[in-house]
Amino acid sequence: MNEAGKIVRSTCPYCGVGCQVDLQIRENHITRVDAPFDVAPNYGRLCTKGRYGTDYVSHPSRLTYPMIRKDLGTHPRKPIGLAGFRRASWDEALDLAADKLASIIRENGGDALGTFCSAKATNEDNYLFQKFIRGVLDTNNVDHCSRLCHAASVAGLQITLGSSAMSNSIAEMKDLEVLLITGSNTSETHPVISTFMREAVVKNGARLIVADPRQIEMTQFADYYLQHKAGTDVVLFQAMAHVIVKEGLVDKNFLDERVEGLEAYLPTLEDYTPEYAEEICGVSADQIREAARLYGNAGAAAIYWGMGISQSVHGTDNAISLANLALLTGNIGRPGTGLNPLRGQNNVQGCSDSGGLPNVFPGYQPVSDPDVRQKFEKLWGVELNPEPGLTTMEMVDAAEMGVIKGYYVMGENPMMSEPDLIHARHVMEELDFVLYQDIFMNETGEFADIILPAVSFAEKEGTFTNSDRRVQLIREAVEPVGEARPDWEIIQDLALRVEEKLGRQNSAGFKFENPAQIWDEMAELTPPFQGITHERIQLEDGVHWPCPTPDHPGTPYLFSDSFPRGKGKLTPLKYRPSAELPDKDYPLILSTGRVLYHWHGGTMTRRSKLDDIYPEALVEIHPYDATTIGVDSDDWVKVRSRRGEIEVKVLVTERSPQGMVFLPFHFVEAAANILTLDARDPQAKIPDYKVCAVAVEKR
Amino acid sequence: MAKDRTIQLTIDGKKCSVPEGTTLYEAAKSLEINIPVICLHEATTPEGLCRQCVVEVEGWGRLAPSCITPAEEGMEVLTESERVIRTRRTILEMLNASVDLSQSPALQAQMDRYKADPERFPGAKKREKVILDDNPFYIRDYSQCILCWRCVQACADDMQYTYALGIGGRGHDSRITTFFDYPLPETTCVFCGNCVGVCPTHALQGKTEHLLEKGLQHHEIRARRREERNERRRST
Repeated sequence: MNEAGKIVRSTCPYCGVGCQVDLQIRENHITRVDAPFDVAPNYGRLCTKGRYGTDYVSHPSRLTYPMIRKDLGTHPRKPIGLAGFRRASWDEALDLAADKLASIIRENGGDALGTFCSAKATNEDNYLFQKFIRGVLDTNNVDHCSRLCHAASVAGLQITLGSSAMSNSIAEMKDLEVLLITGSNTSETHPVISTFMREAVVKNGARLIVADPRQIEMTQFADYYLQHKAGTDVVLFQAMAHVIVKEGLVDKNFLDERVEGLEAYLPTLEDYTPEYAEEICGVSADQIREAARLYGNAGAAAIYWGMGISQSVHGTDNAISLANLALLTGNIGRPGTGLNPLRGQNNVQGCSDSGGLPNVFPGYQPVSDPDVRQKFEKLWGVELNPEPGLTTMEMVDAAEMGVIKGYYVMGENPMMSEPDLIHARHVMEELDFVLYQDIFMNETGEFADIILPAVSFAEKEGTFTNSDRRVQLIREAVEPVGEARPDWEIIQDLALRVEEKLGRQNSAGFKFENPAQIWDEMAELTPPFQGITHERIQLEDGVHWPCPTPDHPGTPYLFSDSFPRGKGKLTPLKYRPSAELPDKDYPLILSTGRVLYHWHGGTMTRRSKLDDIYPEALVEIHPYDATTIGVDSDDWVKVRSRRGEIEVKVLVTERSPQGMVFLPFHFVEAAANILTLDARDPQAKIPDYKVCAVAVEKR
Repeated sequence: MAKDRTIQLTIDGKKCSVPEGTTLYEAAKSLEINIPVICLHEATTPEGLCRQCVVEVEGWGRLAPSCITPAEEGMEVLTESERVIRTRRTILEMLNASVDLSQSPALQAQMDRYKADPERFPGAKKREKVILDDNPFYIRDYSQCILCWRCVQACADDMQYTYALGIGGRGHDSRITTFFDYPLPETTCVFCGNCVGVCPTHALQGKTEHLLEKGLQHHEIRARRREERNERRRST
């Protein structure tokens, strides 16, 4: 068999880089994945997940028909595998779901529902989801995993700039002059972006600063590697700001024209001397000075960060400390500069853009704003709830208090991704109703009453928005498995049935024939999308929003003239230590994160050949600590925290510093989040996944 | 030297003006003359290795590899002269003598175009190698390798900056290899497959495709993977 098969252009379903892929299809299977060499953002490059990790699409354990729990109504509900469910028709499953949702609304009101939309689903799926939640279920309780990911970056950028997205484009990276990477293990979490960063360094002479507690691969390309202690980011970056001010490396014109708050900010920097920072962070004062000079003297310098900055009890402060650096030196609003949170999921940017957040409609238009609400009420033909809804973690709290009675979860796995899992699972057992919509059974689905099988990225049409705000198409490449349906179709069908049960015959206009029509309705309501249509993306491969009119070229970098809040705001910060620090009972810091070959809760990658090369969890331990504990690589250890314990194999390595262990969170059999702490950033409500205290002992 | 200088030249009798620094290959392309290539790829740095892209330049004693020869003022270039055609034919015949080109449709098409005789060097020593199957993602069949270097370039400074692949051996024994010939999982390889994406033959091939071509069904491939996985687990 040597024929080429069919080739379908699409967008990779893994991370926020949004690589364009050519899927080669034979006999309804993806048999090869290539990347077009002449198309942004990846220009022919892929990573192992994109090239070899899409085989989960045809995994035999895909959900292929709707199912209903056999012991429906039993309290408390217990997690149960597929054997605990029976096959149902779409009509039976959707009618039952509609009944349950309608009765919760009638008895307790819509705010008794908690809903999760999906950073893996399309913009169109998510727009329709939040329209259903707000317009039919009468609540704004809709959120997604972005809360557990870049919520603090969004909060920090909102305070300082009024914005919430990566400011500059991936295309600028290879021409950078100076770049600072912090809290991002870029070569494993955004591998293709890391190749452009390395190109900047190796080929174009860019200078690189890496600040990270772990000695990640990117440090091999760095001019300065600042190995600060976990959780001391604010001090490190404020000390760099201190040096920049003291040595006169600020951009005076930029400060005069585009920044406010300088008078209040400057005195607060006095205490952050490099010597003080050396004490707190463990990075030498000289290194801090030199890194600050490199950043401060650059003609253009860009900052990139990931979860290491945002997943922290002081995540918002961390993001602000980076924004302060950029504002002081005028390193924003031009090519090669910027404040760039690297988005994790393929469509986490788009899910937020499409209104998958409790406080805003699509395009970040506040639900509390009467004018905005009126606009949506008019087009949707319904009255809307003015109260902002609850965030993911607040929904868990509300469920615990009995305020929330039911969950609707689309394409997310909170039972792997929430912190302090034992507690979160217990809360789930008490719910009255759980509706679950996904492509596979996972740890969350085990709590469901009703399972609705959805299709994967390769079986549907729609758009994903990548980390640099580029809206790109996915296309149907293989036939859907079994009776599985696209999310938007399921939502629409369910919405019509709930409306009927509530006696509001087809009030909100759920009569879309395809995703392009859904996009058009969203664009009509969302000014920055108004120049974008599926047709246009088809022609141009992708369009960067904001793009307000059809003849607007799109916006690869933001803030050339002003910030959304007007002037950028320098914001004083106070260092707060992490919520739980090591002590004699729990002497080590636990930091969690990802590895190259796996993805988040593992629902996809553990059903892929990627799992063959990295089949089990490994806890990284520094050789010094390994000797103290008396273990070597491949030995088994127990890792204990105040929340729970897991057993896991050891990898002895100097990647993680002495006093800190690192654990990936992809593996259910050694779920890192059994150990993590539900302590949240006060502003962003994001939990701290990077610092908690554990004890490690030989098993 | 002014950068924006324009060069005038003639290619196959057609006048052409290009910015200084443009190669003859690119200049020809701007006239929609497609010079055949083997080692050249848009994602990798031209190295002038295979010499398939040679052209005849009036007044030059030797043929010029068009992928690395900059256009010069007043050049008269022939891209399909008798001498060029004979050279290309011989290159293909020599390649075919030592390497299995059956899985490369692009090279087969060039064989047809230049009427290359696959049996021209019947006594030549074939490059016969065992298929290397040391990872879950792709196989390496170096009996199909034409040493174009694209994979090495993609792994290094043209795409991935990972430096897992290199060139070893000399003469007939020249080959693509890893540090100490280690299996890929023991090298810096991150299995991005960017090397597979630029390979012009099936020397590098996704394992799924490889097994499909051997006649296995999708479910059999999955079962085989499971078996290999269990084997690895037993051996560690």
